[in-house]
Amino acid sequence: MEVGEPRKYIYSDVELDQHEGQEIAELMASSQQPLPDPDRWLDEDIHRNIMLTTVDAVIGWARSSSLWPAICFPACCAFELIAANASRFDLSRFGMEILRASPRQADLMITAGTLTWKMAPQVRRIYHQMAEPKWVIAMGACGISGGIFRSSYNVVPGYNRIMPVDVYVPGCPPRPEALIYGIRMLHRKIAQAHTDIKLQPM
Amino acid sequence: MTVSLSGLQVAKEITEQFPDTVVEATDQAVLVKSKSIFEIAQYLKNSPELSFDYLNFVTAVDYLDCFELVYQLTSLKHNHSLILKTRCFSRERPTVPSVVSVWRGADYQEREIFDLMGIIFDGHPNLKRIVLWDGFEGHPLRKDYL
Ligand code: SF4
Repeated sequence: MEVGEPRKYIYSDVELDQHEGQEIAELMASSQQPLPDPDRWLDEDIHRNIMLTTVDAVIGWARSSSLWPAICFPACCAFELIAANASRFDLSRFGMEILRASPRQADLMITAGTLTWKMAPQVRRIYHQMAEPKWVIAMGACGISGGIFRSSYNVVPGYNRIMPVDVYVPGCPPRPEALIYGIRMLHRKIAQAHTDIKLQPM
Repeated sequence: MTVSLSGLQVAKEITEQFPDTVVEATDQAVLVKSKSIFEIAQYLKNSPELSFDYLNFVTAVDYLDCFELVYQLTSLKHNHSLILKTRCFSRERPTVPSVVSVWRGADYQEREIFDLMGIIFDGHPNLKRIVLWDGFEGHPLRKDYL
C-alpha cells in the first residue's frame, strides 16, 4: 500500500455500530426469561441406564478434578475470585488455579461481576466458544439476579438470561470461602450427576 | 499547588473581549452564554496570561429547567485552574457548540454527555453514542428518564 493512501475497511464504523445495536436488541428480546437448569433432565434419563451411570461416574470424577476457568470478570466480584486464586485461599488445591485467556481451553465460566447488555453478546460468545462439556458458576448477587443494579436500564438481570447456570454463589461479593464452597458443589454436581445432588454442608 | 483563579477576575477579562457573554460570575466559577462558548474557549486557551491548555473534564448536570455544562480548565504553563459553566434551556434539542477543536480531550466526554444526557454538540466530528449501544432509546442520566 502506498503511503498516504486511505485504508479501506470492509465495514464502516456506522455499519458496525448498527450491527452491534441490532445484536444487543435481539439478545435482549430473546433473553426475557431465565434459562432453566441445564441438568434437570439428568435425573429421569440417566436413572434408566446403569451402564451410562457408571461410566459417567468415572468420567465425572475425572472432569471434576480438573476444571479450567475462562476469564469473565466484568466487575468487582473479580477481586474475590483473584483472592481465591492467590496464595491465601489457594484454589489450586482443587486442581484449578489456572485461568484461561482462551475459551477454547476452558470448561468453567465463573461470572464474577455485573454484566451490562453492551457486554452481554461478547460474554455469550465466550460461553459458546468454550468446549463441551462446560459449566457456569454465577458468582455474586449481580451474577445471580443483577444484584443492586437489577432494575437498571443496561444491566442483565442475572447471567441465567443468556446462558444456563449450574451453581449460584450468593454474596456481594461472596467471600473466597463461599466461592470455593460453590466450586466444591459444582465438583459434586459433575461427579455425581446421575444421582440427586445433595448439597449438605461439607 | 494549582491556584484556582477567581471567576470574577476572569469574567472581567472575558467581558473585555466578548461583551455581554458572561451571565454570572462568582469566586468559584464563570457562567457564560452557551452560544459563545466556543470563542471563549479559544480565547481562554490562546491568551498568553491565561493559557488554559488542558481540559480536565467536561460534564453535564440536569437541573430540570436547564442543563448545565461544567468545564474544568487548567493551565500547565501557569499552574492555575478555572471552572467554566454554561447552560442550555431546551429539553427537546439542547445544543451547545463543541470544543473538540480547541481541546481534543473533549471528544469522548462530549460523546458521553450526548449519550447519557442527550445534549447535542454542534461541530463535533463524530457525535454518536459511546457507552450505550446504537438503537438505545432515551438518555438515561436525565432526571426525567424512567
Ligand atoms: S455482586 Fe457486588 S461485588 Fe459482585 S459484581 Fe455485583 S456489586 Fe460487585
